[in-house]
Amino acid sequence: MSTTATLAWREFRFQRRMFWRNPTAAFFTFVLPVFFLILIATVFSLKQSDLNQLVPGIAGMAVMSATFVSLTYNLVFIREQGILKRIRGTPEPMGSYFGGVISNSIWNAILQVVIIVVLGHVFYSVPWPQDWIELVVITVIGVAAFASLGIAMAQAIPNFDSAPAYVNAIFLPMLFISGTFYSTDHLPRAIAAIASALPLKHIIDGLYGALVSGKGLEHHVPAILVLLGWCAIGLFLAVRYFRWE
Amino acid sequence: MPPNAIEVRELHKSYGRFEAVRGISFEVKRGEVFGLLGPNGAGKTTTVEILEGYRERSAGEVSVLGFDPDHAGMELKQRVGVVLQTMGFYPNATVRESVEHVAGFYPSPRDVRETIALVGLDGTEDKRARQLSGGQRRRLDLALALVGDPELIFLDEPTTGFDPAARRTAWSVIRRLKELEKTVLLTTHYLDEAQELADRVAIIKNGLIIAAGPPSELTPASASYRVSYDGDGGRVELETDDPTELLHRITSEALARGDRLRNLSVSRPTLEDVYLELTAEEESAAVTPESVPT
Ligand SMILES: Nc1ncnc2c1ncn2[C@@H]1O[C@H](COP(=O)(O)OP(=O)(O)OP(=O)(O)O)[C@@H](O)[C@H]1O
Ligand SMILES: [Mg+2]
Repeated sequence: MSTTATLAWREFRFQRRMFWRNPTAAFFTFVLPVFFLILIATVFSLKQSDLNQLVPGIAGMAVMSATFVSLTYNLVFIREQGILKRIRGTPEPMGSYFGGVISNSIWNAILQVVIIVVLGHVFYSVPWPQDWIELVVITVIGVAAFASLGIAMAQAIPNFDSAPAYVNAIFLPMLFISGTFYSTDHLPRAIAAIASALPLKHIIDGLYGALVSGKGLEHHVPAILVLLGWCAIGLFLAVRYFRWE
Repeated sequence: MPPNAIEVRELHKSYGRFEAVRGISFEVKRGEVFGLLGPNGAGKTTTVEILEGYRERSAGEVSVLGFDPDHAGMELKQRVGVVLQTMGFYPNATVRESVEHVAGFYPSPRDVRETIALVGLDGTEDKRARQLSGGQRRRLDLALALVGDPELIFLDEPTTGFDPAARRTAWSVIRRLKELEKTVLLTTHYLDEAQELADRVAIIKNGLIIAAGPPSELTPASASYRVSYDGDGGRVELETDDPTELLHRITSEALARGDRLRNLSVSRPTLEDVYLELTAEEESAAVTPESVPT
């Protein structure tokens, strides 16, 4: 067990190094959510109540893009390049390998939530988190749900070239119905129902609760259950359909 | 410890209804370099990847260092090095980083610098994998397979895409492995490579072994010696199992005629001749190794 953990840590550091080795990709991973935040806040000259909605929305988007989008691309890439197959022929425990690869995405998600929260406070007068525990719990569960869905998604994608098509077909619509950029209070009923069944809205609502309204975790029990449900579905599909090559 | 590093008995592998491997048996002794030869689609990669634990067999018995590769754990992986026909590594990692990273998975790896030098990649340590040429990338594959200091090494077409100099380097690496008493199972399309490196080879076609034995002892079904000379109407080629008798006869006849047999030559068929003859046959009857007095 201890060697599995040591090797996972080693793999994580290696994955971080490889992540920064491609500076343009790394730059966009971090800059895109910030860019959206500034652009939307400026173009629509939002009032404070809208900004209070936008900052958790962008933080939620960052969680999804770091885990669901980037992790999916990464997994398809390492499979297509034959890296997965090579690793499988070495004695590196699979737990260490995937631990390192997944933690890399999770670490990006956490860094981005921190960046967005700090920017939101400094530039857009969004209060400091009202409920730190809620912030941590929602981020962790949200990351777990989208990471496991990302691993499952990667199994359905035939090759790296087609990965953006598959991923964006899910990512973009989910952004628009989940209250990322604006409040979803006035969505048509059917669409609101779909959004409530999907994970992103619950992450954004949870982050809003943690950052702005200060309503405690006890108000987010159904949301947490939905997220844990997606996490379980993702894990099940990921394990059931895992492909090495 | 069992005397054989690898034992394969009546191995079968089907992909759906297509049977790619149709009952092959062979063993590889410890310290031996064993070559699997055969045309495209013969079933070489399928066989090797079953032994490596990448694919599940449909039927038959397989033992690798005493383990069943389908149910083996870390211990087997620590003792085996693998070069697959196609495999990659992180394109943005340098040669040194790649080798160092993989070395960390093994209990007692080789020295990283020494491994890089062994495969002839010294001087490219700081190059990223994606900047390497095809042949250099293949050498990196070899380095990553060897850095764990395995006792058994699988090489699936290790020199495909190499220039002649790089092939010589790879050959010397494989000879070095043999000196170190490692066991090597290698597939190749290059007959000179098999002849040069392998202690024994098996020729496989359509999922069956059609000949096996030391390269020098494999003989075509037809004849073991080829005698040829320039006759009046062009080159005359004769085949025989008894060259002494044949030479005596044709040279006596020539002398009696007062003739010369210009460019007379006697040759043993090369592995290539055997290979081409065997793999060209429509329905190939199994050929057993036949030792030839030298
Ligand atoms: N995953 C697979 N699914 C279906 N058929 C396969 C699969 N892998 C191999 N085959 C088929 O099995 C046969 C043997 O393939 P294999 O890759 O073992 O040949 P090979 O001897 O390694 O050939 P080459 O010299 O071209 O590498 C081929 O007809 C191939 O098309
Ligand atoms: Mg092959």
